[in-house]
Amino acid sequence: MAVLIEARELRKRFGAINAVDGISLAVTKGEVLGFLGPNGAGKSTTMKMLTGFLEPDSGSAWIGGISVADQPIIAKAKLGYMPEGAPAYGDMNTRRFLQFIAEVRGFDGAEANRRVEAAVEKAALQSVLDQKIDTLSKGFKRRVGMAQAILHDPQVLIMDEPTDGLDPNQKHHVRKLIAEMAKDKAIIVSTHILEEVEAVCSRAVIINKGRIVADGTAESLMRRLSYHGTVAMHVPSSRVEAVKKALLDFSAIASVETIGSANGKVRLQAAARDGAPAAPQLATLIRTRLIEAEEVVVQRGSLDEVFRQITTSDDGARHG
Amino acid sequence: MGRAMAELLRKTWAITKREFAAYFSTPLATVFLIIFVALTGAFAFYVGGFFERGQADLAPFFQYHPWLYLLLVPAVAMRLWAEERKSGTIELLMTLPISPWEAILGKFLAAWAFIGVALIATMPMWITVNLLGDPDNGVIVASYIGSFLMAGAFLAIGSCISALTKNQVIAFIVAATICFLLVMSGLELVLGSMRAWAPEFLISAISSLSFLSHFDRITKGVVQLSSIIFYVSLIVFALFANRVIVEMKKAD
Repeated sequence: MAVLIEARELRKRFGAINAVDGISLAVTKGEVLGFLGPNGAGKSTTMKMLTGFLEPDSGSAWIGGISVADQPIIAKAKLGYMPEGAPAYGDMNTRRFLQFIAEVRGFDGAEANRRVEAAVEKAALQSVLDQKIDTLSKGFKRRVGMAQAILHDPQVLIMDEPTDGLDPNQKHHVRKLIAEMAKDKAIIVSTHILEEVEAVCSRAVIINKGRIVADGTAESLMRRLSYHGTVAMHVPSSRVEAVKKALLDFSAIASVETIGSANGKVRLQAAARDGAPAAPQLATLIRTRLIEAEEVVVQRGSLDEVFRQITTSDDGARHG
Repeated sequence: MGRAMAELLRKTWAITKREFAAYFSTPLATVFLIIFVALTGAFAFYVGGFFERGQADLAPFFQYHPWLYLLLVPAVAMRLWAEERKSGTIELLMTLPISPWEAILGKFLAAWAFIGVALIATMPMWITVNLLGDPDNGVIVASYIGSFLMAGAFLAIGSCISALTKNQVIAFIVAATICFLLVMSGLELVLGSMRAWAPEFLISAISSLSFLSHFDRITKGVVQLSSIIFYVSLIVFALFANRVIVEMKKAD
């Protein structure tokens, strides 16, 4: 597949801080890359270098095969970018603002109107066309920012925290929009809302302190968790020991731990050998041995936990 | 080359239109126009002795333009880049497929056109003086052009300073101070105090930097190429500096 966004060893220092410390990545057509990291990890700085707003100290950025440093105008024409907070000229109304963007992007007359209309429809802005952007709600402002970024139907779309501060309905709308566009674009979305990655991204990159610390699908990242694929079950406290014994008698089960208790029930966690999923074995076991489990849950873990594990263990290593 | 030029003009024009409309989206434009017309008139009639002089010309009207521009032009220029940086729209603007020159020129031209509108709004003065007597309209046209050029030079400096800060008030004060020094450098008050110690070439260099001496010559009807070159080169220089500062400060 064609690589539409490429970063090669991007580096940027601000004074004593290494904001971005050698980031390389490639995003192909059809991919939606979730760009994750704690605040200050260098997400925005990386995006600013990819979009040509900031010049890297070293390394290079490529959009649609064009060097951003050498041919900035051609590269920027292939790119739709929504900066953090979706800045827009507040003194303009939505229609005028989008018309201005269309004009700067080289569309005029009927073509400009058609583009503006299409963007308005995609971002569902019909009701606020004649309203000043300053007076719009946060959700609408964000949508104006998106409309601006997709107006020229770019090959490459880069959005810095597109759903930050939106209510659940608005988030849903934005994610739907991203998913719809994903097919024929390369998209980078930065976020610190991890559910978003599972909802829209085909791939996630976690960066910390200016470096990439993880890269893969949401599923593959979650496999990194120690308890991924284990099974948790609630059993009455009177039966705990019996259940534990029954589980451990079974050769496929490597370990059983008590991970909590409440209201006369104990929560056990069983892991299969070699990190294999524990569910199939346990299902048989529960049925044949008549274990009284009230609730059985396969633990997948959450990206939140992966994120915490990856971005804090690094700290621990450095301090330790 | 022709196509590239047309592209440059089209994008610059798009930005100019937006910026020009931005002035009129707030009461600033109306307030500015009223104050400008009122003050130029008041200075001409009360301070300049427009009637008492008994001459049909606009010298008392133009005489005070440098001093008015000192305060009013930085007020027009202060928002050009400071606002863009404060609201974060600079990131949007600089990632659109335009060159920094198109943005800088577009903004500058919009502000200059706005001052042009203010000057046009003073035309009733011109009509009045023609009704009252028989002025030398050539001198008046030259003075208008000189005044407009001088405003452009003040403005380019103001635009450049505006890119240095996110704070419009600071942009205003710094620009007004620099413009003040450039006006003052032609006054005998300043030059006289330097004669005692400074070499002659330095004094003539400083006085040649003065907005006042160039403007005085133009309003007397002496349109020298050197005065036009002075203002134009000052504009070009300030806009170059503007570009460097925008690049340097855009991400701060």
